[in-house]
Amino acid sequence: MDAVRSAASPLVALVGNPNCGKTALFNVLTGSRQKVANYAGVTVERKEGSLVTPSGLKVRILDLPGAYSLDPLTPDEQVTADVLLGRRLGESTPDFVVCVTDATNLRQNLRLVLSLKRLGLPMVIALNMTDIARRKGIVIDSGKLAAELDVPVVETVGVKASGAAGLIQFLDTLTVSPERQAAAVWRTPDAADIAQAQNEVRRILGVVGGDRLDGVTFSDRVDELILNPILGPCILALILFLVFQAVFAWAQVPMDAIKAAVGSLGDWVGHVLPASLFRDLAVNGVLAGVGSVLVFLPQIIILFFFILVLEESGYLPRAAFLLDRVMGGVGLSGRAFIPLLSSFACAIPGIMATRTIQNPRDRLATIMIAPLMTCSARLPVYALIIGAFIPRREVWGGLELQGLVLFVLYVAGVVGAMGVAYVLKRGGAGTRFQSLMLELPAYHWPNLRSLAIGLWQRVEIFLSRVGTIILALMVVLWALSSFPAPPPGASGPAIQYSIAGHIGAWLAVIFAPIGFNWQISVALVPGLAAREVAVGALGTVYALSATGSDTSGALTPLIAHSWSLPTALSLLAWYVFAPQCLSTLATVKRETNSWRYPLIMAAYMFALAYAGSFATYRIALALTS
Amino acid sequence: MEMTHTGGMLEVRGWNGMKLADLATGVVARVVSVSALDSTGSIELGRRLAELGFLPGEKLRIVARGFMGREPIAVRIGTSTFALRMFEAACIRVAPEQPLQA
Repeated sequence: MDAVRSAASPLVALVGNPNCGKTALFNVLTGSRQKVANYAGVTVERKEGSLVTPSGLKVRILDLPGAYSLDPLTPDEQVTADVLLGRRLGESTPDFVVCVTDATNLRQNLRLVLSLKRLGLPMVIALNMTDIARRKGIVIDSGKLAAELDVPVVETVGVKASGAAGLIQFLDTLTVSPERQAAAVWRTPDAADIAQAQNEVRRILGVVGGDRLDGVTFSDRVDELILNPILGPCILALILFLVFQAVFAWAQVPMDAIKAAVGSLGDWVGHVLPASLFRDLAVNGVLAGVGSVLVFLPQIIILFFFILVLEESGYLPRAAFLLDRVMGGVGLSGRAFIPLLSSFACAIPGIMATRTIQNPRDRLATIMIAPLMTCSARLPVYALIIGAFIPRREVWGGLELQGLVLFVLYVAGVVGAMGVAYVLKRGGAGTRFQSLMLELPAYHWPNLRSLAIGLWQRVEIFLSRVGTIILALMVVLWALSSFPAPPPGASGPAIQYSIAGHIGAWLAVIFAPIGFNWQISVALVPGLAAREVAVGALGTVYALSATGSDTSGALTPLIAHSWSLPTALSLLAWYVFAPQCLSTLATVKRETNSWRYPLIMAAYMFALAYAGSFATYRIALALTS
Repeated sequence: MEMTHTGGMLEVRGWNGMKLADLATGVVARVVSVSALDSTGSIELGRRLAELGFLPGEKLRIVARGFMGREPIAVRIGTSTFALRMFEAACIRVAPEQPLQA
């Protein structure tokens, strides 16, 4: 190819309103797999990828958070404005801007296009979501649009692999002037400027068409049901119930299969290897530990299937709408809903997503309660204990008791979070008026391709955690639990004489008042690195405690026999509140730029967990005795 | 089409309209004004509403309200829908398109 051309790799920035499909387009262009969903604010930081055009030109592509204007109000919009205005230290302004617009919503999107034009950077307009526009009967004359704006226009479909062909072709012919653009001077427009821009938008829409204001759309009809003040909350509750029921009801068969596979693998290894330290490590350390976590993969897949469908469809912002009074009542910003919801997958992206909250104190309040949302790493712990102690039976109306208990645990986390938010508000965090201004995007049918990609990513994340951190901790824990060897003539299981046994005995003093035995106490320590490790740790500890031979894969009946119900419930309560995740605390440190908040967070969560478990244990003891 | 837009604007120029919150659900109205200064004293709120498309002359209607007709409200403005809390809606004054007697 042309050697001169490939030498320079221009920096191309994707800019546009929130939720216009920038990241989907970025993924198609660069082959990346950044997260996409149907709501504003999924991308909160700059992401870079690269593309080699057919003629061999290497183009660096920059995905930027969505923005309504170049005058940022939130930390994520700040990133976009800073990059475009050249205010970002150590980073040059983009050579070229791809202004991504939603073809179904040009009336909103064109104002930003006009602002960008005023900025003077060379640009092209990607008229995105043209497939949806066509289905809605919206026809836009892209030739006229290009003529009116005096900017080239290409049509794109971000969710299709071939949907960016036109844009790639355009970038192929990109020539970057050797002199870099000087950082543009930007003057914040006043209300009159914006009104004038809107007049221009109306004029252009009159010429190019595609502005369908009247008529009730499909989304409107759906919203009449979903946002109905009485029906809406019922539908929300129904959806959540369905999710939790499915997590238990649908997962049983694949879980049994995994359990059986791990069990027979353990048996086989036990037979093939001669009795040795290595066999002990393989069977009791690795298989008992890792196997007991792996079993929960089907449940995680089912949970994320529902989360992804809800994300893709556009339902989540509606749920935020329905629950806004609750959020406002405890002094949270309406914008806090999406970050808190992301925290159900994992608190780390949830805490990152708080960058879409304008007021720093509102943002801090949201960060502080995000880890109380039940993340997916808690699911194995919950599922293990529920599976062992809660009978599988129907309560009323086809409702299954195990799913119901799981639902209650999630609710407990949410209620705890609301309580903490309320206390923070009384303590002076947050402002009096918390902004909402949340866009309710048009409903989309979930795209099967991105659903499959999203699900596969979750499987990869889970399996890589199992294969790396969980496996490593299991080996360490096995070593700590096996050495030093018991003195000759010892009667109890070997683990009692090991380092882990001693640590457990010491910790058990602290945890005895809330009903934890020494095995649980030992398992809580590696659980600090990753919550689900506690399940694996219990697997290893119990495998080594057993005086019999092989116990791998049979953790559920074991704990059902050796724990009392109050102990099990107490451990569930502990997991609702305890700060069992060091990476979350590290993220809080990074996002708040201070050690103060992660320390406060850890302290209040420990206190809450201990108090919650203590109360649960004592009440359950009183009721069962 | 564009002429009626301007016509609507001129028509409402005499009075300063009604509060968005008082508009009945489903009734189409046009924005009369978006006050830059709101009860919280921040100019940014008015500007952000303008940036979202709440601009004089734009058509809107309330799609849904919260429980018991209270906040939040979902407002269709142009081709977008936004959820607003009451203090945000309080910045916006509107004039219904249809005569009120219906």
